[in-house]
Amino acid sequence: MARIISKRVLTPVTKLFIVEAPLIAAAAQPGQFVIARVREGGERIPLTIADYGRDRGEITIVVQEVGVTTRLLGALDEGDDILDVVGPLGAEPEITPGGHVVGVGGGFGAAALLCLMRDLSERGEQTTAIIGARQKDLLILTDELSAVCGHLELCTDDGSAGLKGFVTERLQQLIDGAGVADGIGPPDRVLAIGPMPMMRAVAETTRAAGIETLASMDPLMIDGTGMCGGCRVTVGNEVKFACVDGPFFDAHQVDFDEAVRRNKMYADLESQAAEMQAPECQASAGAS
Amino acid sequence: MPVKRIDKTPMPQRDAGVRAHDFLEVNEGYDLQRAMFEAERCLRCQDAVCVDGCPVRIPIPEFIHAIAAGDMTEASSILRGANPLPAICGRVCPQESQCELLCHMNNRFTSAAIGHLERFVADWERDQPNNEGARQPWRDEKIAVIGSGPAGLVCAGQMVGMGYPVTVYEALHAPGGVLRYGIPEFRLPNDVLDWEIDVLKRRGVEIVTNVIVGKTIALDDLLNNMGFAAVFIGTGAGLPKFLGIPGENLNGVFSANEFLTRINLMRAYDFPNADTPMKVGKRVAVIGAGNTAMDTVRSALRMGAEKGLIVYRRSETEMTARIEEHHHAIEEGVEFHWLTNPLEVLGNNEGWVTGLKCQVMELGEPDDSGRARPVPVAGTEFVIPVDNVVLSIGTTPNPLLLKSTTGLETDRWGCLVADEESGRTTRAKIYAGGDVVTGAATVILAAGAGKNAAEAIHRDLAEARGEESPAAIAVVGAPSAP
Repeated sequence: MARIISKRVLTPVTKLFIVEAPLIAAAAQPGQFVIARVREGGERIPLTIADYGRDRGEITIVVQEVGVTTRLLGALDEGDDILDVVGPLGAEPEITPGGHVVGVGGGFGAAALLCLMRDLSERGEQTTAIIGARQKDLLILTDELSAVCGHLELCTDDGSAGLKGFVTERLQQLIDGAGVADGIGPPDRVLAIGPMPMMRAVAETTRAAGIETLASMDPLMIDGTGMCGGCRVTVGNEVKFACVDGPFFDAHQVDFDEAVRRNKMYADLESQAAEMQAPECQASAGAS
Repeated sequence: MPVKRIDKTPMPQRDAGVRAHDFLEVNEGYDLQRAMFEAERCLRCQDAVCVDGCPVRIPIPEFIHAIAAGDMTEASSILRGANPLPAICGRVCPQESQCELLCHMNNRFTSAAIGHLERFVADWERDQPNNEGARQPWRDEKIAVIGSGPAGLVCAGQMVGMGYPVTVYEALHAPGGVLRYGIPEFRLPNDVLDWEIDVLKRRGVEIVTNVIVGKTIALDDLLNNMGFAAVFIGTGAGLPKFLGIPGENLNGVFSANEFLTRINLMRAYDFPNADTPMKVGKRVAVIGAGNTAMDTVRSALRMGAEKGLIVYRRSETEMTARIEEHHHAIEEGVEFHWLTNPLEVLGNNEGWVTGLKCQVMELGEPDDSGRARPVPVAGTEFVIPVDNVVLSIGTTPNPLLLKSTTGLETDRWGCLVADEESGRTTRAKIYAGGDVVTGAATVILAAGAGKNAAEAIHRDLAEARGEESPAAIAVVGAPSAP
């Protein structure tokens, strides 16, 4: 059990929780994740550790409500317990020191950039975060990211904040040297965290320029310790387990077609379950 | 006097046509009358060779005689003194290659049904009111056990029995290890497992779930900062092997670990009441012929598959599954494709499995394992149409803990090096046993290793305390406190 210390509603479907988890907080490294379960009979879902405070014994997780479990989790409140939280899992990304690191976060992927960018800034790297969303009020954690990055670049589909366009467009501009006037040089390394199509687009954007790019893969997972092999990702010609070998892989080598296909394996059952559970979610949200 | 009867008293079991569609237990267990009837067959040999076949050395004739005499309390006490997990071992041990193999009855008859009797005694105990309160540990040295599978549970049970405070760390959200995520409920019901674990908890074993030693806390933290005097590693062999053939990442291909974990641990059979989904098509091919393969193919039938197939590159003779599981699988309609080597998993445009391309094998000279080597027969490629392929070709120890801990030696198969008798590893205060040492083996071998290690830990700690000869090892389950 892990007690929820506080909750922030970032968007109508994106919730931030600070959770009491002293052992995990003490061991966590940037880029790692936990696996959570919210009720008896519940599934195990991976959640990125957006931030951690070792002294406070707390971790921060950000949840986007897309299915049964994330909705149930999103409905929890300060003082509630999350039934199971285990971690930290996965490995910290290996980012070659020296140079300008650009973190690209799409949607709630921006949250995962938080402790990664802070850690990189603290170790002396030049850092820029590019985050994107459909519109201004769906951009999350802008103040927090701004505080830990050299530069924060915003992109929205409708132009309500920052550049009107995709994160990859701003990334391409930076690669082309368009940010130099503002003190943002071309990226030497890129970290992509977000929906699969976005990460794939980032990989394609940096491929021609040969910029070292890591993508944070988010496949289906059960145990998170290498036991089930459900999270297989093909990288180059090798099969990797995202839970123990990842979640960060060379984005230019990842077989995104396969990854997208595998993530949809249960799509029909998941939406069926989500429909069935919808009233219950409403009820528990109201009760808490 | 023993009563001469040629055949074992049959185990009552549920009808194959019915049971193949649910997850309720196949075997129904003896009643008292059957148990006493069977117990009378035991020859009461002076040289009880059956005990030599038992990795935990249960005093087999003694507990069987107690059954024959109708003294179930005594039978239960004898059994539990030697084996902290009798209800489990009575169900899943390969008795035919252990105790029952050595039984002198085999000379002329069939062996005594030792496994069925063990199960009966444990189930009898399960029905008794429990008056035993938790005993306070009377020794100071804290013992940490990593992993709550059979090796860890038995080690923990033995250690609390000897008076040590014991904490078991489990990575998953529920204890039991492979007994929980691997063995299906139709062979080992969850309530039996829960009961065995509750017995250990009542005896004082503390189980902490959701802690991955090597990730959440370091093994060295246990020894250096958390005050544990010794650590037993029983992390099993949880890493699934894949064949490396084309098409293995198609949708609908699973490791047996994933397939069984979704069903057993996550209860996918109860979807959408349970949240974890599972997709089982009409035809499911399981590659391999061990107990896990049998569990998998029989689970597939219970999940609604119309056909369950075993595809194995060797022949029936080389199959490693328990005889009973093989028989049950045949009764339930599983198809066996012996001497059939999978070459490629075929898929459709959407990336879903449609078939398994195979070739016919023939047996050649013995290989490293001593078994006849399967050799491909040229020009025999063919396709079996299937909707799922599940790989059950073995597992290796999970390297998570071993990689994150210095000074622990592993062999070329990734198994932790530990002394067979004592479980001592290449580091002081760290012991290990079960599949993490041997590679994937049986529940009872893991249990035996856990028991041996507990005795070694006790001896080493006693020596460190300056006791010349360690106090006699207390019988676990003895009702009286020391």
